[in-house]
Amino acid sequence: MGLGYLIKRVLTMVPVFFAVVTLVFFTIRFAPGGPFDEERRVPPEILENLNKKYHLDEPLYQQYFRYLGALAHLDLGPSFKHSNRTVNEIIAEAFPISFELGTYALLWALLIGLFAGGMAAFKPNSLFDYIPMSVSIAGICLPTFVIGPLSILLFGLWMEWLPVAGWDEWPSKILPSLTLGFAYAAYVSRLTRGGLMEIRNQDFIRTARAKGLKESTILIKHSLRGGLLPVVSYLGPAFAGLLSGALVTETIFNIPGLGRFFIQSALNRDYTVVMGTALLYFTLIFVCNFIVDVLYVVLDPRVRYE
Amino acid sequence: MAPILDVRNLKAHFHTRRGVVRAVDGIGFSLEKGETLGIVGESGSGKSVTQLSILGLLPTPPLKIESGEAFFGGLDLLKASPAELRSVRGNKISMIFQEPMTSLNPYLKIGTQLIEPLTRHRNLTKKEAWAKAVVSLEKVGIADAESAMNSYPHEFSGGMRQRVMIAMALTTDPELLIADEPTTALDVTVQAQILDLLKALQKETGMAIILITHDLGVVAGMSDRVLVMYAGKAFEYGTTEDIFYRSQHPYTSALLRSTPRLDTEVGSLPPIGGSPPDLMRLTGGCPFFERCTVRVNDCKEIFPEVKTFADSHRSYCHLKELPQ
Ligand SMILES: Nc1ncnc2c1ncn2[C@@H]1O[C@H](COP(=O)(O)OP(=O)(O)OP(=O)(O)O)[C@@H](O)[C@H]1O
Ligand SMILES: [Mg+2]
Repeated sequence: MGLGYLIKRVLTMVPVFFAVVTLVFFTIRFAPGGPFDEERRVPPEILENLNKKYHLDEPLYQQYFRYLGALAHLDLGPSFKHSNRTVNEIIAEAFPISFELGTYALLWALLIGLFAGGMAAFKPNSLFDYIPMSVSIAGICLPTFVIGPLSILLFGLWMEWLPVAGWDEWPSKILPSLTLGFAYAAYVSRLTRGGLMEIRNQDFIRTARAKGLKESTILIKHSLRGGLLPVVSYLGPAFAGLLSGALVTETIFNIPGLGRFFIQSALNRDYTVVMGTALLYFTLIFVCNFIVDVLYVVLDPRVRYE
Repeated sequence: MAPILDVRNLKAHFHTRRGVVRAVDGIGFSLEKGETLGIVGESGSGKSVTQLSILGLLPTPPLKIESGEAFFGGLDLLKASPAELRSVRGNKISMIFQEPMTSLNPYLKIGTQLIEPLTRHRNLTKKEAWAKAVVSLEKVGIADAESAMNSYPHEFSGGMRQRVMIAMALTTDPELLIADEPTTALDVTVQAQILDLLKALQKETGMAIILITHDLGVVAGMSDRVLVMYAGKAFEYGTTEDIFYRSQHPYTSALLRSTPRLDTEVGSLPPIGGSPPDLMRLTGGCPFFERCTVRVNDCKEIFPEVKTFADSHRSYCHLKELPQ
């Protein structure tokens, strides 16, 4: 496995990517409606001009190849609804905000999840275990559109600790990132607990004890690596999910991130923006999972030699 | 000469949700410097739990040491503090386990694991410990020791991993090596190699060995003394000659009869009928009662008092004399 496996993964990505481009392109084109439907009062000549300008008058397959050609140069085309702006510009402006939000959310997830899970594993079947694990069940079950407004009510409106909307100074970033990261923190805490508990019962931990090693050495040197592998493999999907799944949080907290653009564009058939964003999300999901694969190979020697 | 390990009346029970498992229920034995004690008994008779509880390697709870002493030098291991125990483990007493495939950490290089007893107990630097560990690996017959140090466990077979475990156990020149069925998981030729290796190393270092096995043939070849265990109890204890030629216990005799020898055909071995009792449902009597072919009235209700024969030959059975 090892390096060869990683190269193979990248290569198999190319056809998959093409399939995704094609699928998204045609799905959204066959959805009823078009980008200029709402502009009822537009005279037919102008509509014709608009269609011409954006090549919407061409046969679909021609548009498809035109899109592919531009994509080869990483050009995602013009937005149909935001006049004079390209999809590249929109992404360049909105994605960093989503990225920042996702990163903070991931940090919360790791910070809270590792701490809670570690505590639970250290004192299993005690209150240190029961309390965080019950909270995590709640975190997994409650959707963001419940946790978001609740946290706004609690911390923003009643206690007046934190701003409840926007994305500027750091206090305004706490609630949204926490809201977004909470469910992920819950997962991380369960994975941490499960991983560490499983390692504790391994024969090689008994060997480490039989050598007279201190509990702290056993935990840090002998347990963490194997015990945190489940968390590591979850990081990829988690980060991809945080980046592409922030739509609800961005809407609740009124944050100008990419998720909001994505929703708006899908609703008003801004074909190129939907395409561009979808492809970006897809690429991100792949990249995140790929990085985890690399990490896995680094962390688990058995994978390297298989 | 004072024994190096002297265990008396050890009782170690698991307190589980379903009930109390009397895994070790009144075990005693002792061994001298340089001696080998063989512990035999069927699966589940408490051989591993006995040793693991002496070294404090089982989580408490569920295990509870109900009574007993285990003197190692001046220290009662059963009452020692965790720190005291840690300073003995891997230092003066080393242990190797039944499961060679899983007893090494798959995420760490062999060298990293091998030097730990030395850096922990001998205050050696990593470099000094590394050099010593290479020598130990060579001693256990690993050819390219230096490259083995840089390998991971999964690159080795079970037999090689058990050699690594032995090397690791012996880096600190322990006074006592506890080997818990070190060859059960390995194939027959490898078994013989490992046992020969242990014998040779013992000759060289003068360490004492506790060898757990359910193979009487192995015991005969390796041990000076033998402890026969059944359902957490000591049934018979004595020198290897006592046990093999002058056994005073029907269970030992049955075990011996069911063990292949060079002059018997495999098909003619009479296995012991029935199976060991559920350790949660022990009555006050002898746990072998139901399977015993020579039981008497008392066996069901009363566990027999110890009977001492020549020297330290002890047996627990109501029968005055064992019918030959
Ligand atoms: N954690 C535990 N909880 C409850 N019972 C246990 C636990 N560990 C072991 N036991 C029980 O203790 C008894 C003795 O187990 P032990 O491992 O000492 O047997 P053994 O003689 O070493 O057997 P084997 O030859 O199979 O290794 C068994 O009946 C086992 O089921
Ligand atoms: Mg055992």
